[in-house]
Amino acid sequence: MKQFIQDLAETNRYQATNLLRILREVQARFHYIPEEAIEQIAGLLNISRTQIISVVDFYSFFHSTPRGQYELLISDSITDHMLGKQSIIDYLSDKLNVAVGEVREDGVVSLDNTSCTGMCDQGPAGLVNGYALTRLDRPRIDQITDLINQQKPLDQWPAELFLVEDNIRRPTLLLDQPIQPGAALKALFERGGSETLAEITQSGLRGRGGAGYHTAWKWHLCYEGPEEDAFCDIDAQKQQQRYIVCNADEGEPGTFKDRVLLNSYAHQVFEGMTLCAGIIGAQQGFLYLRGEYLHLCDKLQSVLEERRQAGLLGNNILKEGLNFDIEICLGAGAYICGEESALIESLEGKMGIPRNRPPYPVTQGYLGKPTVVNNVETFMAAASIAINGGDWFASVGTEKSKGTKILSICGDCSRPGIYEYPFGTSIQTVLNDCGASDVLGIQIGGPSGTFISNHEFDRKLAFEDLATGGSFIVFNKSRNILDIVNNFTHFFAHESCGFCTPCRVGTALLKKQLDKIIGGHGSAGDVVVLEELCQLVKSYSHCGLGQTAANPILTTLERYPDLYQSRLKEISYEPGFDLDGALETARRMANRNDAGAHLAQIEANEHE
Amino acid sequence: MSKNITIDGKTIPFEDGQTIMDAAMAADIYIPHLCHQPEFTPHGSCKLCTIKVNGRNCTACTFPAMAGQEVLSETQELIDDRKKITQMLFVEGNHFCPACEKTGNCQLQAVAYHLNMLDDHFTHFYPSREMDASHADVMIDHNRCIFCTLCVRASQQKDGKDVFAISGRGINRHLIINSESGLLKDTDLDATDQAAHICPTGAILIKRTGYQVPIGERIYDHKEIDQVSLETEHHQHGE
Repeated sequence: MKQFIQDLAETNRYQATNLLRILREVQARFHYIPEEAIEQIAGLLNISRTQIISVVDFYSFFHSTPRGQYELLISDSITDHMLGKQSIIDYLSDKLNVAVGEVREDGVVSLDNTSCTGMCDQGPAGLVNGYALTRLDRPRIDQITDLINQQKPLDQWPAELFLVEDNIRRPTLLLDQPIQPGAALKALFERGGSETLAEITQSGLRGRGGAGYHTAWKWHLCYEGPEEDAFCDIDAQKQQQRYIVCNADEGEPGTFKDRVLLNSYAHQVFEGMTLCAGIIGAQQGFLYLRGEYLHLCDKLQSVLEERRQAGLLGNNILKEGLNFDIEICLGAGAYICGEESALIESLEGKMGIPRNRPPYPVTQGYLGKPTVVNNVETFMAAASIAINGGDWFASVGTEKSKGTKILSICGDCSRPGIYEYPFGTSIQTVLNDCGASDVLGIQIGGPSGTFISNHEFDRKLAFEDLATGGSFIVFNKSRNILDIVNNFTHFFAHESCGFCTPCRVGTALLKKQLDKIIGGHGSAGDVVVLEELCQLVKSYSHCGLGQTAANPILTTLERYPDLYQSRLKEISYEPGFDLDGALETARRMANRNDAGAHLAQIEANEHE
Repeated sequence: MSKNITIDGKTIPFEDGQTIMDAAMAADIYIPHLCHQPEFTPHGSCKLCTIKVNGRNCTACTFPAMAGQEVLSETQELIDDRKKITQMLFVEGNHFCPACEKTGNCQLQAVAYHLNMLDDHFTHFYPSREMDASHADVMIDHNRCIFCTLCVRASQQKDGKDVFAISGRGINRHLIINSESGLLKDTDLDATDQAAHICPTGAILIKRTGYQVPIGERIYDHKEIDQVSLETEHHQHGE
């Protein structure tokens, strides 16, 4: 192990910023991060062991105790559940003889849940040693079980198990006309940097991650840098180190469009990043790719290499004097890293904890330098705009939301996949196209977005009405809304970074309170307590995760108040806890489960 | 030309580089806080110091003061919500004030009194947390840790050491110790270090000093935390 880690540290130039990369390798090799490894890495990288321990504890894909040689994770997204996830994981557990959350005694295999893996159109999905598995069903599980029991190396597993489809159903403005590699950069050099930025401004392009900040403003602010630099002479400004980050940490459950864009439009995404670098003067870019998309990594590396060979990346790009290169950094299982400042912390080799703002990343981002962080789709759109001009893009969409939006549609519809629509399109149009019928409601923008009922299908996709980063989950009338809300609420509690009180404690309390109500233990007043808690978490949390974590409850409580009320007990007083549930530990210790070991909550139960 | 902001209608001056908390303290205005001490880099995590700046919730200890800001702090809504945030801190750990060595000298307890917190309101978590009594002079009771990182910052920024860190995610966040064994005895922490004295709760205690101050003479027996904070922290800030 010593030599392995020594070599690893050397390959990573002993840089603390490469900590996640190093830990990913250690985890892949040993199936956990051994204590000796932590001590050795701390010494080699000259950082404290506590920084490494905290990173190991923070990211879901790192473990301080051994996992199986085959580490199986099953996606816990609501869409996977709708496709039969629970029976799949039960069957797996049974076949492999390993409990969920455990490692089999022989150490060969471990099984656990994981947050949405972004395969919602082809689930139930999972990961084996980080590589995506799709369309899991019983025959596939039988096959996987055999492969594991024979201890076949992953590279000898049949390729169809790892087949990931694009499912592009409705390509229009962007998806229909991919650019020729280099075309956007040629346009940039012909037109000039500030003129190209003017086209981006003219296009009205807003960030595609969901928040919708104007892309051109962001780029302009990053070019200007911190206030104290604004008075520097132009040469000093030019020498300012700046960074471009492409946020491909697509963790919002139900979203998978970036996976498709990076699989089939990677040139254009990288070109958009290079374009930005040319405009604002950056030399280094990063693609922060969520760990769940490990399967894309080699392909993306080869696209980068192709671009270097073609003179579209590296030194003196297109012989125009621009020096810029892109590095791929993999995440390690943390939804919060989709938040731009948490992402930057992660790039720096730390826990993904959102920073205090101001300062914003455009002035103090990666390593304290001005940094542009944009979504995959934003860079892709920018590359097209550089070629076709701002008016071309702005002619589509609404007044405040220009251009098109790429949606990842999944759930109860016959044609799940990728759809591109002009902003302003009605929800009904989308539903007609994707083959949804008997619809109960839709989750737009993922758990952090909005649940809309079937009375609202005339609403529009737009920042001014229904904003979305791309997630669009359809639910038909066979679905139970509280199950959906429960899945989302547990998701947020699991993904809260724990930095601030309202989110750390609040999301855990929301989970408890919702469990209580759904479990039938709620009583009069419990829905009021739930709502009050929602407002607290929403209003006081440090970042977008906490500020939106209560949305699943709030948006459904607003639409279906009776649904919550109907779960409450009709009793005269409000017990603070589940009496019988509290005896569970005692029953386990006494190894008893007879009637005498149970207690009725209160006598009034008889009146129910 | 001096620059001003208003807090609850009162005009107060500020200097460039000051946060709203800095400006408030300098003007003798107390904004409740637990993770903040003027000597250290602000952290902004406890969220008790949340204020409304031009209608938007901001964290006073990290948000820069800027000319013309209208700040609201002592509104009923903010007071009520600060109380709830404090209650969250209470239910998250195991805080049994009457039996705690820190009682009467505890900022968490004092803030709770200041906010008129009379019960815990939320469901208790009753987490199972360890104690570390391995060090000769200092002990840690993890039950009372609120993850404010003051000990982390004090150790790094004042003591020139690196004894503490916060690890884990979400509700599983926890204080860790920088030694191979993970125990306090194997660190270079001294009882005289500021990190050993900075804890706003009873999570880090100096051994053999408990209960020495009689009831009636403890820090918060006759003064509320707002007064104590302004007297002691403002002074630190002025240094």
